[in-house]
Amino acid sequence: MSTHIAGMGVDVSLTVNGERVTRRVEARRHLIDFLRLDLGLMGLHTGCEHGVCGACTVRVDGRIVRGCLVLAAALDGATVETIEGVSDSGEIRDLQEAFIARNACQCGFCTPAMLIAAADLLAAKPQPTRAEIREHLAGNYCRCTGYHAIVDAVEATARRRNGGAP
Amino acid sequence: MSEVIDPRSVDRPNSYIGKSVPRPNAAKLVEGRGQFVDDMILPRMAHVAFVRSPHPHAKIVKIDVAEALEVPGVLRVFTGADLAPHCDPWVATLAHLKGMKSAPQLPLPLERATWVGEAVAAVVAESRALAEDAAAKVAVTYAPLPAAVEMETALDASTPVIHPDLGDNLCFQRVNEAGKVDDAFAAAHRVVEATFHSGRHTGLTLEPRSILADYNRASGKLTVYHATQAPHMMQGVFAKHMRLPEGDVRVICTDVGGSYGIKVHVYPDEMAVAVIAKMMARPVKFIADRLESFASDIHARDHRIKGRMAVDAEGRITAIDIDDLTGIGPYSVYPRTSAVEGNQVVNLVGGPYDFANYRAKTTVVLQNKTPTCQYRAVGHPIATAVTEGLVDLAADAVGLDPVEFRRRNLMKDGTYPRTSPAGMKFEGLSHEKSLDTLLAMIGYEGLRAEQQRLRGQGIHRGIGFASFIELTNPSPFMYGIGGARISAQDGCTVRIDPDGSVMAATGVTEQGQGTEAIIRQIVAEAVGVAIDQVRVITGDTLTTPYGGGTWACRGAGIGGEAALQAGMAVKEATLKVAGAMLQATPDTLDLVSGEIVERRSGQARMPLAELARIVYFRGDTLPPDLPRELMQTRHFITKEYPFAFTNGVQACWLEVDVDTGIVTLLKHWCVEDCGRIINPLLVDEQVRGGIVQGLGGALYEHCTYSPEGQLLVGSMADYLVPMAAEMPDIEVGHVETPTKESLLGAKGAGEAGTAGAPAAVMNAINDALKPFDARVFAQPFTPERILAALGKVPSRWPAPVRSGASPARTEASAATAAPSLNLPREPGLLTRLFGRKGG
Repeated sequence: MSTHIAGMGVDVSLTVNGERVTRRVEARRHLIDFLRLDLGLMGLHTGCEHGVCGACTVRVDGRIVRGCLVLAAALDGATVETIEGVSDSGEIRDLQEAFIARNACQCGFCTPAMLIAAADLLAAKPQPTRAEIREHLAGNYCRCTGYHAIVDAVEATARRRNGGAP
Repeated sequence: MSEVIDPRSVDRPNSYIGKSVPRPNAAKLVEGRGQFVDDMILPRMAHVAFVRSPHPHAKIVKIDVAEALEVPGVLRVFTGADLAPHCDPWVATLAHLKGMKSAPQLPLPLERATWVGEAVAAVVAESRALAEDAAAKVAVTYAPLPAAVEMETALDASTPVIHPDLGDNLCFQRVNEAGKVDDAFAAAHRVVEATFHSGRHTGLTLEPRSILADYNRASGKLTVYHATQAPHMMQGVFAKHMRLPEGDVRVICTDVGGSYGIKVHVYPDEMAVAVIAKMMARPVKFIADRLESFASDIHARDHRIKGRMAVDAEGRITAIDIDDLTGIGPYSVYPRTSAVEGNQVVNLVGGPYDFANYRAKTTVVLQNKTPTCQYRAVGHPIATAVTEGLVDLAADAVGLDPVEFRRRNLMKDGTYPRTSPAGMKFEGLSHEKSLDTLLAMIGYEGLRAEQQRLRGQGIHRGIGFASFIELTNPSPFMYGIGGARISAQDGCTVRIDPDGSVMAATGVTEQGQGTEAIIRQIVAEAVGVAIDQVRVITGDTLTTPYGGGTWACRGAGIGGEAALQAGMAVKEATLKVAGAMLQATPDTLDLVSGEIVERRSGQARMPLAELARIVYFRGDTLPPDLPRELMQTRHFITKEYPFAFTNGVQACWLEVDVDTGIVTLLKHWCVEDCGRIINPLLVDEQVRGGIVQGLGGALYEHCTYSPEGQLLVGSMADYLVPMAAEMPDIEVGHVETPTKESLLGAKGAGEAGTAGAPAAVMNAINDALKPFDARVFAQPFTPERILAALGKVPSRWPAPVRSGASPARTEASAATAAPSLNLPREPGLLTRLFGRKGG
């Protein structure tokens, strides 16, 4: 699909959570603002808008990116998956349940992005060590939990997926 | 009902108190289905962007808005003069803090900007992006004024007085003294002293400050969706200063993305948003961006404390003397005031220890930096670092192991109630048992052996301890007696619905602590229903009992007790109705798992849903005079003690790379006594999260300024926060000493971690550096400061003033404004971003 720059905006057509969406976006529109303001997908959040806190972590073409560092205009033809998508599909149901059971989610503002980052790790490395979990999640800021419970929840999910006790 | 619930009994029916029950509101949060203020969109909603001062102190000569108004999509631009007629100013003082003074403050200033980041104009547009575009075109002409930057010189004659009407830059001063301090120091076997610095921090809630205000001119009602910890307080503030009847203001907290004290204050820019909404009679939203957060969220903990401790030949503390200085910005923050942190320091130093002679002075000064105010564990981390730092110095001076020194000096278990030399009343603490529990957890001797072994290999590990006390369940003695309209009481309403489910509306609020979870546990147990039959309503001034909200660790202790009492009252009322229906005396019946049962046999007599159906739809079948009050409200306030103190002890195990100065945290432990634990899962994570917040302050976080008063941290790449990779696993243990002030017996648990962690880190670093005779006392303990203490890089600070204990290299007198090497220095950052046209 070609990109047309017309007037004030850029026409893009992409797949978001399995649905085809077509919009004209301002060239400066970030992916996270596109998702939240143009598509009403409020599950991921804007935390720092400069790529440090990770609250806007989203999957683009299978890889996790910062929604605040990617321009929507660059995503023509892309496949985007948000927390809403991976929740509705059930893909991370076990991880979400582990977060609830372990109280790895307090205020919940970082949690959706934290889950996407954790799912990314478990997809690439089914049996991560605690240090590997900490390293992979080191781009997602959580002020509430102190991370220990999050590491526990990810570890427990990995164990369960590998047939072990939680 | 005569029956008293005994939360200690774990085999009772519907026994939820004391169990690790997951949070009911977590399911929506993990799916991104929460609702934070920024997720809300209202019809005709407009957005605000603020123009902020690039100067620490400047006269506002002129604000030209003409060009901004030409930006398509811009609706209005407001200056201080536009808003002032619609909002009365506030002065943040408390009457019981004698002599305290501050200046009147408005939503936007009229004549002067007094810190970098102070909002001076507000642009309202159809989107935030357009509002920012137009804000860049607001031309503010400033005439820069000399600034009062350093707290050390704030009271000097040569320093400009920020508010000439106040006469000087002194906000508050207090000396808290008991016994004969000078005599004790004169008679001391050894005296140790050090100068401690606590770096200026900010809370960095991941959800920035957020407000969406909507005014309906036809009904005269102001509705404010607000990320706040204290909706009823804010209702009163909006009403009072905008001259509205309190009943015409409704404050609603949907989900709140972290607070830690940051969201319990009145921010001038948020007041501006409410006033603008009223003037424009439409919904107006403001979400702070991260740069605005650094410059306008409250800062905290900017203290310099000179401390000394006298000990006798047996290693017993005989006296503590501290001199605290703190700079709070140009205004005391409304309505809690910015003098409370210093006041807490002089109340809390020495808190865990048994000694008689005490003198603590705090001096709170005004300066041209971001205002400071209460932030998680207000004053505690500072007081604990000073106390525990002196304790370790004293232990060293008399040749005792730090654990043995603490054993000799901690207040003995079983000697309560008692009052500390600082005047704090302790109902019941457990320092000795907590220390014993901690030592069992950490394997102290093993750690010492490992330390010794590794030193031979050039690896330097240290273990540091910190005993602490924590102030929770505050009474009106904290704010109310000073004239602040801040509620120390709280309430809960519990209602049985026709299907037998239960609604509980509480005045305490949820920002992730688990308030809804514990209220649900308590109400389910008190009424006698399954926990999934209870739903909790929080954070709405229209539908919840009047209360203070969640701060100072009061949610469980105050809100929880109100919920327990309300639930028990509903059960009593229900059994009265059941007695009439079943022709039994209410005392012979019970309500268990949603069934009316015979108390003695447990035999089921009637589902609660059936009783409720009859009460609500067939009340004609009941005796006419029978009360059928299936909704009850109870309120609770503490009465005997101004505060319910908790206590605990932490230990930190870390490694210092003496070539790079880098600290690696290996393990952290905490034993804490928060009284009755309602939900261990929640308490443990409160403790862990609090510890990491304390570790961040100890090692990384610092709001640095240039000597001219320019804020040097404008992003999360400048202001470093703890991330998962640097943080250790944390083990949590408990001792339970319930308060007798309430049936529930709960005290607070949210701040203990933050209170003790920095002190434990400091002592562990100094323990690791012992072979080098080097010590650090200035937070954050950056690689540069550690290397300076080791003499490996030049110290950029004046020579320390110490005496008594063995001389050691130290960077104890680190100047407060000196930025550390690991922070990029970019003085132009905020000037570039705030100093738009005309700056």
